[in-house]
Amino acid sequence: MKGKCYINGIGCVSPQKTHDGSFLEEVIDFRNASVYEVSKPDYQKYISPVSVRRMSSAVKNSIVASSMALDEAGVDDLDAIITGTGFGCIQDSEKFLKGLIDHDEDFLTPTPFIQSTHNTVAGQIALLRKCRAYNFTYVNGANSFPSALLDALLQITSMEANTILIGGVDEMAPHTRALFQTLGQFKKNDTEFDYLDNKTEGCTSSEGSAFFVLSNEHMEETYAEVVDVFFLNNLVSQDVKTFTIEFLTRNNLSPNEVDCVLLGKNGDLTFDVVYDDFSSLFPSSNQLVFKHLFGEMLTAPAIALWLSCKIFKTQSIPKSLALDVPRSSVNYILIYNQYRNSDHSLMLLKNV
Amino acid sequence: MAKIAISGMGIVSSIGMNVEENFNSLVQKRHGISRLEHIESKLNNSIFVGEIKLSNKELEAQLGLDQAHNFSRTAMLGAIAAQQALKSAELTTEGDQLLGFVNSTSVGGMDMTERFFYEFLISDEYQRFIELQNTGVNSKNISDFLGICGISTTISTACSSAANAIILGARLIDSGRLERVLVGGTDALCKFTINGFNTLMILSDDLNAPFDNNRKGLNLGEGAAYLVLESEKSLQNRGKQAIAYLSGYANTNDAFHQTASSEAGDGAYLAMQKALKKAELTPTQIDYVNVHGTATPNNDLSEGRALIRIFGDCVPDFSSTKAFTGHTLAAAASIEAVFSILALQNQVIFPNLNFREKMIEFDLVPVTATQDAKLYHVLSNSFGFGGNCSSLIFSKHGE
Amino acid sequence: MEELKIELKNKLITALNLEGMTADDINDSDPLFGDGLGLDSIDALELIVMMDRDYGIKIIDPKDGKTIFLSIETMAAYIEEHRNK
Repeated sequence: MKGKCYINGIGCVSPQKTHDGSFLEEVIDFRNASVYEVSKPDYQKYISPVSVRRMSSAVKNSIVASSMALDEAGVDDLDAIITGTGFGCIQDSEKFLKGLIDHDEDFLTPTPFIQSTHNTVAGQIALLRKCRAYNFTYVNGANSFPSALLDALLQITSMEANTILIGGVDEMAPHTRALFQTLGQFKKNDTEFDYLDNKTEGCTSSEGSAFFVLSNEHMEETYAEVVDVFFLNNLVSQDVKTFTIEFLTRNNLSPNEVDCVLLGKNGDLTFDVVYDDFSSLFPSSNQLVFKHLFGEMLTAPAIALWLSCKIFKTQSIPKSLALDVPRSSVNYILIYNQYRNSDHSLMLLKNV
Repeated sequence: MAKIAISGMGIVSSIGMNVEENFNSLVQKRHGISRLEHIESKLNNSIFVGEIKLSNKELEAQLGLDQAHNFSRTAMLGAIAAQQALKSAELTTEGDQLLGFVNSTSVGGMDMTERFFYEFLISDEYQRFIELQNTGVNSKNISDFLGICGISTTISTACSSAANAIILGARLIDSGRLERVLVGGTDALCKFTINGFNTLMILSDDLNAPFDNNRKGLNLGEGAAYLVLESEKSLQNRGKQAIAYLSGYANTNDAFHQTASSEAGDGAYLAMQKALKKAELTPTQIDYVNVHGTATPNNDLSEGRALIRIFGDCVPDFSSTKAFTGHTLAAAASIEAVFSILALQNQVIFPNLNFREKMIEFDLVPVTATQDAKLYHVLSNSFGFGGNCSSLIFSKHGE
Repeated sequence: MEELKIELKNKLITALNLEGMTADDINDSDPLFGDGLGLDSIDALELIVMMDRDYGIKIIDPKDGKTIFLSIETMAAYIEEHRNK
């Protein structure tokens, strides 16, 4: 039996005001910023003071985003909680590691160690909801969230599960950010650049959490149908065009049927050219970008999925996302993301 | 569910650098627990570990890596075990987009990060290791080394990680997304985890003694193990036979505490129950349980209670092999999957070392000698931080 | 002793990140764990490190924490008796 996979609830905490029900009506300008900070929701509304005291931003943002998604979908009973994260709980990892090195292994405390494990977020959500269901965490660079989505899609379409909470989450920590700046993966502080016409290398690190309730049941609240997801580490034996055409063919779709392509362009001179190759396949589709507003995090595909859901629901494309004149009706969105020409992912969504 | 064929396996641990060495150590009761030698730590003389006595240089040589490589120890151990698994399945990777990789790790590149954390900023000598903080890069190093070009991902769910990699692999085969998939986990010892477990006060200052009344905690270990899961169709096309089958699996959450297991082992109980259901087996059909058995006071009590809830008065023969290898965290479940398959292949139960006195809370006594047995179905448990509980059921070829 | 108790309360608030609390909110005899302040086993491990770092008291068996950390009163008394810092 093959069911369909619908998105019935969404929640997002990000550098933009995605947590208050709006949809980029007002945009926070991060031009030339060296870091994208999260637009903070009222955490106290979602988390009790006793619980909040050990939580890093990844955990807090995820509790808020997941609560929003679950409230919207009106579900309590989950068959699975699946998260994806690139750097995991890097703030507590860094805290514990600094303690270890600075104090030569003396007087270390357990809290940052406990909170440093990659599955902290999924575990905390389960703990707070007393949810004994399947609980997975994917940690595979920019394909972490697509991995979580694939796992959920397989379980929902095979009818192994009815309702699944999935999420993508990342946070940053100061030393790690400095290290990746040294490496040139992140732009140096005070780099002046124009995202959409960039002449500099590296990207700008960001934070955020986006969560979704997936179900095989179509409801009034339904945002979209997840048609398919696919990802590879490297495109060794093929180029991005073949990778994409093969994916669309498997889904009986031609490029001109795709209304919008949402691109993970992150302002890195060296690697953004890969998107140009991809875009050339879609001359008649709307070309959308989002990382100039949201920054780069390894689980950015989760942010892209949230934006797509909003576009379907409102049947409108915010001007701030569009590289060309946005169309008024949207039936198919294809999200393409890669990080440094690695971790290529495609997510295909359909209006319902 | 349709049973998933297993067509190959590979392993490195403190009791051997391949399948055969591991098997021999198990049946000859040779454990791999010692003092920590490759890492300078204040804890060197107060704890025991299951350490692989090969330096990073020696591992590099074994893999033939060049000077400029950026493999963590975790990735090197993983690459060696994964290479063995592919070889034993007689698979080549080139151009095979239906051959994927599901890795798992908890340590990732931490062994390098902790060595050069501040140095990274002042000297460019080791900067190539910085990106290992992106855990996925460690898996990518392994898959690139092996030339895997199908779907590839990584799971990190603490001590149950490799079991969950096996579960996802089975799902990818079951759904037809892949025909062949390399699944398992790898973790190297590092100061970060050693000190982390030390702050939880669950490290033993002696050899770990699972299910013993006077157990004092766990010994950490390092290692890696991988299985090749394969569809029946692919096996037939290649004219190969399965070495064993994965017939059931489940993952649940204890939803009780971030690091401790619930009193009655709720998550563990559910995981075993669901795995049995998936395998369409009754508890009486399980012939041996390779328990999680970390030898911490909390785990063994909780797991023991869960076993009694599932099996009642008829708890099957069981043993923890962590007294041999130490607790290898993310790799533990795939290492123990290899041990479970070895048990089925050789019709033998491996001993639970260091057991002297049964726990006062219940009447459970593990198998303490290498013991011949008729084994058709073996249950393997792995539980971890964040309440993560997984159970796998392996079945003999032809059952 | 009174000074030590206030010191302990402040340390507790910082070490355990009890945001929004002040020393006045904790009574000397309030149970720290369970129904009282609501601390748990992870907090107990944090307190064991604090005892070692700030007062030179080593607690080897975490189970001993149960009696020592019953309340600010019991903690202060234990420290007075065993401290070497």
